[in-house]
This record gives sequence, structure tokens and C-alpha cells, in this order.
Amino acid sequence: MIPAPFSYRRAGSVAEALDLCTEYGEDAKFLAGGHSLLPLMKLRLAMPEVLIDLGPVRELSYVREEDGHIAIGALTRHHDLEHSEMLARVLPLLAHAAGQVGDPQVRHRGTIGGSLAHSDPASDLPATVLALDATLVARGPAGSREIAAADFFQGLFETELEPDELLTEIRVPVPAAGAAGWSFQKFTKRAIDWAIVGVAVQGSAVALVNMAGTPVRAAGVEAALAGGATPAEAAAHAAEGTSPADDINASPAYREHLARVLVERALLEAQSV
Amino acid sequence: MTMVYEDHGDEISDVPMRRIRFSVNGQKKIAEVEPRLLLAHLIRRGLGLTGTHMGCDTTNCGACTVLVDGRPVKSCTMLAVQADGREISTVEGLATASELHPLQEGFKEEHGLQCGFCTPGMMMAAKALLDENPDPSEEDVRWALSGNLCRCTGYQNIVKSVLWAADKLREEG
Repeated sequence: MIPAPFSYRRAGSVAEALDLCTEYGEDAKFLAGGHSLLPLMKLRLAMPEVLIDLGPVRELSYVREEDGHIAIGALTRHHDLEHSEMLARVLPLLAHAAGQVGDPQVRHRGTIGGSLAHSDPASDLPATVLALDATLVARGPAGSREIAAADFFQGLFETELEPDELLTEIRVPVPAAGAAGWSFQKFTKRAIDWAIVGVAVQGSAVALVNMAGTPVRAAGVEAALAGGATPAEAAAHAAEGTSPADDINASPAYREHLARVLVERALLEAQSV
Repeated sequence: MTMVYEDHGDEISDVPMRRIRFSVNGQKKIAEVEPRLLLAHLIRRGLGLTGTHMGCDTTNCGACTVLVDGRPVKSCTMLAVQADGREISTVEGLATASELHPLQEGFKEEHGLQCGFCTPGMMMAAKALLDENPDPSEEDVRWALSGNLCRCTGYQNIVKSVLWAADKLREEG
């Protein structure tokens, strides 16, 4: 399978990427690790006229400890997040979840920013940053702006990003001492598959993978926990407010069942951390 | 590089060719490629290195795994232009003229293949593992090969082959 023809431009810096984006407008797509975009282009589900390759933009690959939060460059690869000693110490949920994306080859190419900007509710990292109350930084011609993870994901493959904006950084608050417990549960058939359902828990924040058109917080579970419910009692609310898909992998009823089972497991594991 | 594509009715484009420099198994190369050319096609058709197999063409099976700057990559899911300035290693680079690589020996000793289609990708994914972790556990090997599918062996002997190679490489120091 060969993508439709496109013009190829290469950006060496964020500034250059934004200039190219301004030049080509909505005809252009940014290419990061390419592990969401290239498969779609090969299937001709995506046919951008211009591809702006961010490969040489090294300035966006980093994990840094800043004032009360961790700053992650949008082009940091999953493999590098998975093996970051700092993340393992301060944000083990994110390091672990990054290590569950796809398979080793995918993690060596795919980037956190690419995964988030692609906005696939079945991907692991959107729900993870939602559970972590992350802030996403977008840069455009007018400068940078911050977008809360809760506002960023608008729908399947749709985000709050404007066509001329580039996601540059993910800022994750360091969890409070009382919210250090975490868990990531993912139900799949093979390593490479997307989650049929997944759950990310940090403290008492619970987010669901693939239970709606966007990653969603399990508000019913969180409310029950705040009211003193046990993990089993709280997990009974896991499917409330969700709208899971009906596809070849699972019916909505089965996904709702999985959500309840996985949320209970996740809460129990988070308690024991 | 001249490529023949299936005709999907695309407009015949005047997208300019890009010239890229890279190395493959230590040899420096220059290629002229259309931007949409996949790395797997550059390797197989442009360089004639057909040890890199294409199985699924959908990032699932891992048969097309090569190393790019030492990282394992599914070459069906990378554009050739993205390899500009990079070092590519394929299965052909494992052996020397006179000696098999310990991974190749291991697959022979432990019967790590039946039809052999997945083997080049298995070996390159395993090489990436052993370069990073010379003393892997069985679980480490299974996890490192989780992006590679085999329809013959049930994986048991592939895992043994990689562990055999790890032992041999450590003995050789």
C-alpha cells in the first residue's frame, strides 16, 4: 500500500514548522513518529497534500522537572518515556502507560504529542494525561497557549488545536503525596492492538480508554470514591455516562462490563502502591 | 530510483524527487526517492536487500523490522525520506563473510524457524533487545518480540534461540 502523492517539507525547528504550516494551511499535516498518520495515508483514509516532517526538530524531545510539574516535549518517543528514570520516580503511571503503547517498534517511533494530537480514544496516552490533569501547550503564529487535557480532546481524531497550531509540550502536575497510588489496566487481544477498554488511575482520578468518542473521566466512580465507597462499590459506576462503541471486538454491554472489572482492579492496585 | 506503483487513479504528480543520504549495513548510499516511497520498498527494491520481508504492510507483523540508528522500526511504516542521515541495519548485515551472527546460529541450534518468513524481523527485533540488554530474562525476550508475529513456531523455539544468542554473545564478551 502506497500513500497518495504529497509534497514533503522538512522542519528543523518549531519556528520553521509553524512557518511551513502558515504557508500551506489546512492542506498540510505534521508528521511526527508517523505511527498513526502513515497507516491512515497508506489506506488513503488521510490524503494530505503537504507533509511537514518534524523528525529533525530535536528541541521538542525532553523530560524536565520544573516548578511543581513535569514538562515533556511533544516529540518525546514512547520508548524514551518508558525508560525515563525521572518519570519512573515521579510519574510512574505515565512511564508505565507509555510502555504499553503498541509494541517495541511502535514505541521507538511514536511520540506522545503525536498520539495526543491524533486523538484516538482507543489510544493509551490520551486517557492517561486526562487522569493526570495534564495541561497541553500549543504554539501558533500568535504565540503559545495552554489547554487543559479535559478540553483538548473534542472527538474521534478531533482536538482543540487550530490548524496552524503545533502541540509542543505536555505539563503534568506532580501528584500530591496522598494521590501517589496509580494503576493502568488495558484489555487487548495482542500487544499491538488498541485497548478494547483501558483504565488509568492516579490517586482518586479515574480515566477510561475507548469508552466514548474521547477519553473520559469516570465521574460516577470518582464521586463514589469521594463519598467513601470501596473500590468494588465505586467500580459499579464505571460505565455511567459513557457511550462505548459497538465493533468487531466488543459490544457496548461487554465494554461496560470490562470497564467495571478493570476499574475495580485498577483501584485495588492503586491502593496497594 | 524508479518505482512502479499500482494505479489508484491518482493524478500523476509532479512532486519533486528528494535526494537522501544514509548508510545501510555500514555502506554509505545516496538515493533519489519520491517522498511517498516506504523505507521497506527502498530496502527491498532500491537496494535489493530482500532479506527484509513485507508481511502485513499494516504495522502488525514485524517481518519488515530493521534498525534505524539502532532502534527497531517497522520499515513499512516509515518513509524512505525519513531515513535521510540515518544508519540502517538489515538482516543482511548480521553475518560476516565467514561467520554467522550468534542470533543466526541460535535460530539454527534451537530450531527457531519453520517457514522462515518472520525470521529476519525476529532477529532484528532481538538484536535491538540484546544491544540494550545483554542478559535478558525469558520474559524480557517475549516482551521484546511482542511486535513480531510468527504463524509456525508458537514462539517457544524463537525465544530459546534468542536466549541462546544472548549466552553466546556474553561468552564472547
